[in-house]
Amino acid sequence: MSGQALLETKMLTKHFPGVVANEGINFVLEEGEVHCLFGENGAGKSTLCSCLFGYYRPDGGSIEFKGEPVKFRSPRDSIRYGIGMVHQHFVLVDEFTVLENIIVGTNTEKWSLDLEASENQLKNICDEYGIDLKFNSLVRDLSVGEQQWVEILKSLYLKVEILILDEPTAVLTPEESNKLFKIMHKMGQNGISIIFISHKISEVMLADRVSVMSKGRLIDTVFPRETTPQELTNLMIGREVKLRVIEENDNEYDRSYPILSINNLKYKNKYGKFALNDISLNLYSGEILGLAGVSGNGQKELFESLSGNLNPDSGTISYEGKEIQGRSSRVFMDLGIGLIPDDRYREGLVSDFDISENIILGWQRLNDYTKGFFLNRNNIKRLAEDLIKKFNIMTPSSTVPVSHLSGGNAQKVILARELNHSNKILLANQPTRGLDLGVIEYVYNQIKLKRDEGFAVLLASEELEDLINLCDRIAIISDGEIKGIVEAKSTSIQDIGLLMAGQSETSA
Amino acid sequence: MSELFQEAVIISILAGTLRIMTPILFAAIGELVTQRAGIWNMGVEGTMIMGAFVSYVVATQSDSLPLAILSGILSGMVMGLIIGFMTSTLRVDHFITGLGLNLLVGGLTFFWFRIYVKGGHPPTFTGLENFSIPILASIPILGEVFFNQKPLTYIAILSVPVVSYFLYRTRWGLEIRCLGENPKAIDIKGLSVALRQYIAIIIGSGMTGLGGAFLMLGFSDRFQPDLTAGKGWLAIVAIIAGKWLPKGVFAAVLVFAFLESVAVHVQIIDADIPYQIFFALPYLASIILLILLRRKTNQPARLGVPYFR
Ligand SMILES: Nc1ncnc2c1ncn2[C@@H]1O[C@H](COP(=O)(O)OP(=O)(O)O)[C@@H](O)[C@H]1O
Ligand SMILES: [Mg+2]
Repeated sequence: MSGQALLETKMLTKHFPGVVANEGINFVLEEGEVHCLFGENGAGKSTLCSCLFGYYRPDGGSIEFKGEPVKFRSPRDSIRYGIGMVHQHFVLVDEFTVLENIIVGTNTEKWSLDLEASENQLKNICDEYGIDLKFNSLVRDLSVGEQQWVEILKSLYLKVEILILDEPTAVLTPEESNKLFKIMHKMGQNGISIIFISHKISEVMLADRVSVMSKGRLIDTVFPRETTPQELTNLMIGREVKLRVIEENDNEYDRSYPILSINNLKYKNKYGKFALNDISLNLYSGEILGLAGVSGNGQKELFESLSGNLNPDSGTISYEGKEIQGRSSRVFMDLGIGLIPDDRYREGLVSDFDISENIILGWQRLNDYTKGFFLNRNNIKRLAEDLIKKFNIMTPSSTVPVSHLSGGNAQKVILARELNHSNKILLANQPTRGLDLGVIEYVYNQIKLKRDEGFAVLLASEELEDLINLCDRIAIISDGEIKGIVEAKSTSIQDIGLLMAGQSETSA
Repeated sequence: MSELFQEAVIISILAGTLRIMTPILFAAIGELVTQRAGIWNMGVEGTMIMGAFVSYVVATQSDSLPLAILSGILSGMVMGLIIGFMTSTLRVDHFITGLGLNLLVGGLTFFWFRIYVKGGHPPTFTGLENFSIPILASIPILGEVFFNQKPLTYIAILSVPVVSYFLYRTRWGLEIRCLGENPKAIDIKGLSVALRQYIAIIIGSGMTGLGGAFLMLGFSDRFQPDLTAGKGWLAIVAIIAGKWLPKGVFAAVLVFAFLESVAVHVQIIDADIPYQIFFALPYLASIILLILLRRKTNQPARLGVPYFR
C-alpha cells in the first residue's frame, strides 16, 4: 500500500426509479490495497461497484483515476483503464467451454480466434496463481467454486490493475473461500489493487481497509486492525446491536418415530447428473433439522421432492409410514406440509398479484375462501389484514402487488401463507437469503415458535452460524449426497465446512 | 412401369430434393444465425415472400436475373433491419413482431401484386437455368442428381460449412452465439449487444430473402401470393429439429425437401392415392420430429428474451 489514490469517487450519486442507491459517495481505493466494502443487503455496494466499472452511469459526482477525472461510459472504458469486475451473479455462458467464456469479446481486432495462443496465456496465469481448471470443460459441468475461478480468470486474462469482486465468497465453501483469499493476496503482490464486497465479518477483518456502507451512503473508511467486529457492525447498522451469540439450545423432542422419512432418494437432472444421490433423512416433530451446503448441491431438488413438485427417479418418502413420493403437490399440502422456496419471486409469489391473493395462493379452493363458484373476497381480505398485522408486513394495504414490497416483506408474505396453512411440517429453503438482520431475526423466531408448537422443520441455509444456533441436528449436503449428520450442540463451523468441502464424516 | 421409367423417376425425385431444399436451406441457415444471436424471428415466412415479390418485380422490369437476386437479398436485409429495430432496440415481444410482420407482408405483397398486374395477365420472366458442371454432369445418375443444378443450389449447400465456420471459428461468431446464451457477457465487455444482434438478423434475413428470390426465380415464371406455402415455417422447424446446429439443420431441411419432392412426383406418375396427402408429408414430418425431439433441445438459453441492462 503506497497511500496513493488510484481510483476515487467524489460525491458520486446514483438513483434508480424510487430508490437512492448511492448518495454522495466519497470512496478512495489506494494503490496495492485490498479494500472491503461492508454493508447490509441493499446498502448500495453493488451499485457503487457497477459505477466504478462503467456498467451504470452515475447521476452525479465524478470518478477520478490517478487524480485525473474520467468518464466511464461503458465497461469498455473502464476495461481500458485496467479495471475488471466479477459480478455477484456470475456472467457466464453455461454451454460454452471455459476457454470460450474467457476469450469471448476480448480480442476485437482480429476476425479469427487464436484458441491456442489464448490457452497458453491462460496456462501461465493459472500456474502462477495455482488455479486448476480444464479449459475445454463446459462451464455448466463445473462446480460453483470452479465457476468463480473462471470469472476471476476473465479479469486476469485482460491484465487488470484493479479487480472488483462482488460478494465472491457468497457461493463458496469455507475451504474455497480460504483459497480465494490466498489468491487475492497473491494478486496484491503482483500489483493488483482489489475491492471486494462481503458481509461476513470474519472476511472483512482480512482486508487492508474497510469502507462501511449503509442505506446508500458511505459511513466511514477504517482500518480493521484499529477496530473491532462489534464496532464495524454498529457502523453498518447505524445503531447498537448485539452480535448474535451462541445460545444454549435446550430443545427436547422424541426421536423414536419420524414424521417424515426419506429413503435412498435419487434423481438425475436433465444433464444426466445425479442431483439427488441416495439421500436418506429422518425428520421428527418438534425439531429443526438444518441442511448445510452451498446452494446448487441438490437442495432445490430435495425440497421439490418433499413438496410434491418433483418426482424422484427412485427411493421413498414416507409420511407417518405412508409412502407419498411422486404424488401431486396437493397431496403434500393436504398433509400439512408448507414450503418456503428459495426463489421468492419466481416460485413463492406471483409478483403482479396483490398481498391478499398471494396469501391464499394454492389454497384458493378452501371453503373459507370461496362462495360457490366465486372467491370470497371479504374473507380473504380479512385474513390478509390479520396476517399483515401478525407478521408485521410493512405495506399501506392488502391490495398492494407484492412486486412493490421490499424483499423482506415479500418473504414475510410467503411465511405468513405457509405457516397459516400448514400444521405439521415446514420446509424452508434459504428463507433468509438477502434479508436485513432485523427480518432474519424475525423469520428465525417464527420458525422457532412453530418448532415449539410441534412442527417438524427442515431448514436449508448457507449461513452455518445461524444453523448451529437454531437447529437441533444439521445434515450436510454436497453434490447431491448427504455427507454427514451432526448434532448442532456438539459441532463447529469448521467441522461442517470440512464436510461441505466434500469429505465424508469419517475422513474429516 | 418399365425399369427405365422407375430409374428416371428416382433420379428426378433426388434432383428435385436438392432444388426444393435450396430456398428452405437459405432461410433456415440464415434464421439459425439470427436465433443464435437470441432473436426468435418468427418473420421468416414474410421475409421470404418479400424477397420473392421484390425479385419478381425486378426480374420482370429489368430482365436481369442477377439484379433480381440481389434485390431479393436486399429486401430481406431491410426486413431484418425492421425486425432488429423492433426486437433489439424497442424490445417488443419477438413472437408478436414476427407474426405481425408476416400478416403485414402477406397482405402488402398481395396488394402490390394486384396493382402491379393492373387486372391483366401477370408479366412473366425467364427463370434460372440449370448449370451442367462439365465432365461431372455426364456421370450416370449422380451427374444428373448432383451436377446439373442451379448455381444457387451449390451456394446454399456451401453456406452450411461457411456459416458453421463463422459461428464456431471466428470471434464474431463466438460473440453472436454468446448473445443467444447470455448477452450480459457481451455487455460487460463494453461491446454493443444491439449492434451484434443487428448484424446477425441482417445476415440472416438477407439469406432468407435470397431463399425467397430462389423460390421465385428457380421454380416458376410469375408471382403467386401464396408461393412460399409455409416454407418459412419449415425453416424454423428445421432449426428446432436440427437442434440449432448447422449440420442438424441441414439434415432436417433435406428430409423435408425429400418428402416434398416425393409428393411432387406422386402427382406426376398418377398413382391412385390423392397426391394432396403427400404434400402434407413435410408438415406431418415436422410435427412428428417436434414431438420426438421435444426433450432433447439445445435451444439457446436466452432465445427470444429481450435484453435489459
Ligand atoms: N437495476 C436496478 N433497478 C432498480 N433498483 C435497483 C437496481 N439495482 C439496485 N437497485 C436498488 O438499489 C439499492 C441498492 O442495491 P445494491 O447496490 O444491489 O445493494 P447491495 O449490493 O449493497 O446489496 C437497492 O434498494 C436495490 O433494490
Ligand atoms: Mg449486491
